[in-house]
Amino acid sequence: MSLKDKLISSFFAFEEQVDVSSDIHTIRNKALKNFESKGFPTKKEEAWKYTSLNSILKEDYSIFPKKESTIEYRDVKKYFIHDIDAYTIVFIDGIYSSHLSETTHDKIDACLMSSALDKPKYKEIMEKYFNKIAPSDDGLNSLNTAFSREGAFIHIPNNTVSDKPIQILNLSTGNEAALMLQPRNLVVVGENSQVQIIERHQSLTENPVFTNSVTEIFAEKRAMVDYYKIQNDKLSASLIDNTYVDQKDESNCSVHTFSFGGKLTRNNLNFYQRGEHIDSTMNGVTIIEGKQHVDHNTLVHHSQPNCESHQDYKGIFDDKAVGVFNGKVLVDKIAQKINAYQSNNNILVSDKATINSKPQLEIFADDVQCSHGCTIGQLDEEALFYLKSRGIPAKEARALLMYAFANNVLESVKIPELKKRINKLIANKLNVNLGFDL
Amino acid sequence: MSKFTEDDLKKELETKEYEYGFYTDIESDTLPNGLNEDIVRAISKKKNEPEWMTEWRLEAYRIWEQMEEPDWANVNYPKPDFQNISYYSAPNKKPKYESLDEVDPELLDTFEKLGISLDEQKKLAGVAVDVVMDSVSVTTTFKKTLAEKGIIFCSISEAIQEHPELVKKYLGTVVPRKDNFYAALNSAVFSDGSFCYIPKGVRCPMELSTYFRINQAGTGQFERTLVVADKESYVSYLEGCTAPMRDENQLHAAVVELIALDDAEIKYSTVQNWYPGNSEGKGGVFNFVTKRGLCEDRAKISWTQVETGSAVTWKYPSCILKGDYSIGEFYSIAVTNNYQQADTGTKMIHLGKNTKSTIISKGISAGKSQNSYRGLVQIQPRATNARNFSQCDSLLMGNECGAHTFPYIETKNKSAKVEHEATTSKIGEDQIFYCNQRGIDTEKAIALIVNGFSKEVLNKLPMEFAVEAQKLLEISLEGSVG
Repeated sequence: MSLKDKLISSFFAFEEQVDVSSDIHTIRNKALKNFESKGFPTKKEEAWKYTSLNSILKEDYSIFPKKESTIEYRDVKKYFIHDIDAYTIVFIDGIYSSHLSETTHDKIDACLMSSALDKPKYKEIMEKYFNKIAPSDDGLNSLNTAFSREGAFIHIPNNTVSDKPIQILNLSTGNEAALMLQPRNLVVVGENSQVQIIERHQSLTENPVFTNSVTEIFAEKRAMVDYYKIQNDKLSASLIDNTYVDQKDESNCSVHTFSFGGKLTRNNLNFYQRGEHIDSTMNGVTIIEGKQHVDHNTLVHHSQPNCESHQDYKGIFDDKAVGVFNGKVLVDKIAQKINAYQSNNNILVSDKATINSKPQLEIFADDVQCSHGCTIGQLDEEALFYLKSRGIPAKEARALLMYAFANNVLESVKIPELKKRINKLIANKLNVNLGFDL
Repeated sequence: MSKFTEDDLKKELETKEYEYGFYTDIESDTLPNGLNEDIVRAISKKKNEPEWMTEWRLEAYRIWEQMEEPDWANVNYPKPDFQNISYYSAPNKKPKYESLDEVDPELLDTFEKLGISLDEQKKLAGVAVDVVMDSVSVTTTFKKTLAEKGIIFCSISEAIQEHPELVKKYLGTVVPRKDNFYAALNSAVFSDGSFCYIPKGVRCPMELSTYFRINQAGTGQFERTLVVADKESYVSYLEGCTAPMRDENQLHAAVVELIALDDAEIKYSTVQNWYPGNSEGKGGVFNFVTKRGLCEDRAKISWTQVETGSAVTWKYPSCILKGDYSIGEFYSIAVTNNYQQADTGTKMIHLGKNTKSTIISKGISAGKSQNSYRGLVQIQPRATNARNFSQCDSLLMGNECGAHTFPYIETKNKSAKVEHEATTSKIGEDQIFYCNQRGIDTEKAIALIVNGFSKEVLNKLPMEFAVEAQKLLEISLEGSVG
C-alpha cells in the first residue's frame, strides 16, 4: 500500500481519536479530499522540478506512535539552547512532553495546538487565524491540515513583548521502525508586539523519520517576529517545512534557516505582505555534504505599495550534495515603490555536487526596484594561498573563507547564544576549531 | 515649446502604426487547409524532393501527431487550429530567377517598401539576400560571387536538390524532429528556408541575409534555416521578418540550426518585426521558433536579436557548447507594447571544458504587454572551468505591463563560475526631467534613455541592421509615455 493510500485509510481512525464535533472537523475533511486528488508532488510540477520525494515515500511509516515515550533531559540537553532562559515546547514522537517543556499562559500564550483546537477560550482566535494563509490547494499542506492535532500555539496579545525567546523542539525516539510526523504550528503576534522563536527537529536514532510540518505566522500591525530554524538532523531524517507568513502594515518579520543536516530538506517559505511599509527578511545558510539534498523554495508576494523584502541565501556543497534555490518575487500592479532584493551565492567544493538555482521575478508594477543575483563559484585560490602563506593550515584556511562567505547571514542572528551555537555547528560541520567565535 | 500631449501621441500612433502592414497582390499557389500525411506528401512532391526527404518529413509528422502543444510558457493566446491553416503558399510565378530582371515587378515593389531594395543592395551594400515570401524562397542575390569562394548560399529546397549529402548530414542534428511540438511540425511541413555552407578556412566576404515575409491570408509560415560553418570559417548571417496587417492570428513556426565546426564562428542576427496586432490586441503573428547552435572545439556562436513584433513570441536561441574552449553568446532586446506577449531567452549548455557563455538580455515592456526572460545555464559534470555571465535588465513603462524573469541555473561541476544578475526598474523621473531641462521633449528623452539601455545589444548588430533596429525601437515604443 502506498503512503498516500495508507494516510487516507487511516484518516478515519484519526478522526475518531480526536473530537469529531469540532468545527475543525469540516476543515480536516475538506483538506483530506484535496490531498486525495492532489497527492504528493512529483518532479513534473515546476516547483518540484529538482526535488523528488520518491526515496522518502517508499518507507512504511507508522502514522500514529503506539506508546508515549519518555526521554531524560540530560540525553537531549544538547539540542536545547540551554544557556538562555526560554519558554520551551517539546514534542516526543509528535506527542507533547510536559516534563521537558516550560509553557506559559502569563501575558502571552506559548502552549499547545491541541488545547487551542479544543478549548473554547481560543475559539475566536482559531476561527480568525487557523488555516487562513496556508493555501488550501496544496497537497502537502492539505495533508498536514487533515491530520493537524498537535504542535505549538503561540499567541502574543497586542502591545506585548515576549520576555523570553520560545523554543520549539520536535524529538523523535526511533521507537517506531519508521515514523511520519505532521506538526502544525500557529503563531499570532498582535499589534506592537514582539517575539523570537527557535525551531528544531531532531531524531535520536537512525530510524527513518519523515516530517511534514506546517507553520502559520501572523504579524499584525507593527509586530516584530524573528524566527530561526535549525536543521541539523540525522541522515535518516527528512523534512518538508511549509511556512506561511502573513504581514500587516509596518510589521517586520524575518525567517532564518540554517540547514546543515538531514537526508532531504525542503523549505517552502512564503511571505504575503498585506499592508504598507512592511519589511520581510529571508536568510539562509546551507552547508551539506554526502548525498544530502536541501531545497529552498521561497515566495514573497508584494500586494501593497511601499514595502521591502530581502532574501539572502548562501550555500556550500561538498561530495554529492544537491542544493536547490527557487525564489520568487511577485509584485502586484498596485504595489508601487517596492524594493525587493534576492541573492543566492553558492560554493561548490566537489565535482559531484550539484546546484540548481532559479531566482525569479514577476513584476506587474512599474515604479519598483527589484533585483536578483546568483553566483556559483569556488573559494578564491589566491585568498587561500594568502592565508596559508601566513601559517594557517589548509583546512582552517578553507574554513575561515567559508565562515566569511556565510558571515553576513550569521551576523543577522539577534540572539547571541544562538549565534554561538550556530557557529559551533558550523565548526563541527567543517571539522575545525578556530579557537574563536565570529 | 509646445507640449507633446498624450492625445497628440495617440493620433500619431493611429497613423504610424505598422508600416509594413501592406499586402502584395501576387497570385499564389496555396494548398488547401489542414494537415495530414497526404498534405505532407503533397508539399514534398511540389518541391520535387527525393524519397529520403519525403520519408524524413512523414516521420516528423508522425512524431508531431503524438505530441501535445506545450503550455508552460508565460503567455496566453488562443491555441491555433492546426487543421485550419494552409501549410503551403508560394508566389505563383516561375520559381527560379537567374537575375533580378526576371523577378515579378510587383514583388520588387514589395521589397522596395520593405526597405530592401535588391538593386541597390547589389551595387552598394554588399549584402547577399535570400528572400523568403510565404515560405518560398523567391530570390537569392550575389550567388555567383559567393560561389567563387565555394560558399553555398541558397534556398533549402535547392540545397536538397543540389547538395543532398550536406543536407542529409546536418539536417535535424541540432534540432531533432522530436525536440518539441513546433520543431516536429516544422520538420513535417517546412516549405523553404535558407541553406548556407561555408567551406573550410573561408571567411565569408559579405553579410548573408534572409528576409521573411508572410503575405497570403490563412497561411502559416514554416521556414527552415541551416547554416554550416566548416572548420576555421566565419560567417555573419542576418534575418529579418515582416507580415501584412490582418485581424486573424498567423502562425510562424521556424527552425534554425547552426553548426560551427572546429574553430569556426557564426554570428546570427535577427530583427524580428512580424505584425504585432493592433492596439486592442487583435490579430498579429504567433512566433514560435526553435533556434539552436552547436559549437565544436574552439568554435563560437553569437546570437543577436531585436524582437519588436509578433503578438506572441516564444523563442529561445540556444548554444550547445560541445567542444572544448567553445564560446556562446546571446544578446537580445525584446520590446513589447500594447497587448504583445514575449517569453524569450536562451539556453547555454556547457558540455566541453573551458567553455564560456555570455547572456545580455534587455526587456522593455510598455502598454498592457507582458515580457518574460526565461533562460537556462547548465554546466555538465565534464565541463571543467566553465564560465557564464548573465545579465537581464527589464524596463517597465506604465503600470499595466509586466516584466518577469525565470532564470534556471544548474551546475554540476565545482570549477564552474556562474553569475547571474537581473534588475527591474522604470525610467527615472529625474532622468526625464534632466532631458526636459535641456530642451529635449519627453518623447525624445525616452527614446534616448531606451537607446542607452539597449546600447550593449545594438552595438553587436551589423551596421545596416543597427540603424533599422534603432528606428524600430522608437516606433514600437511610441505612445508609451506616462
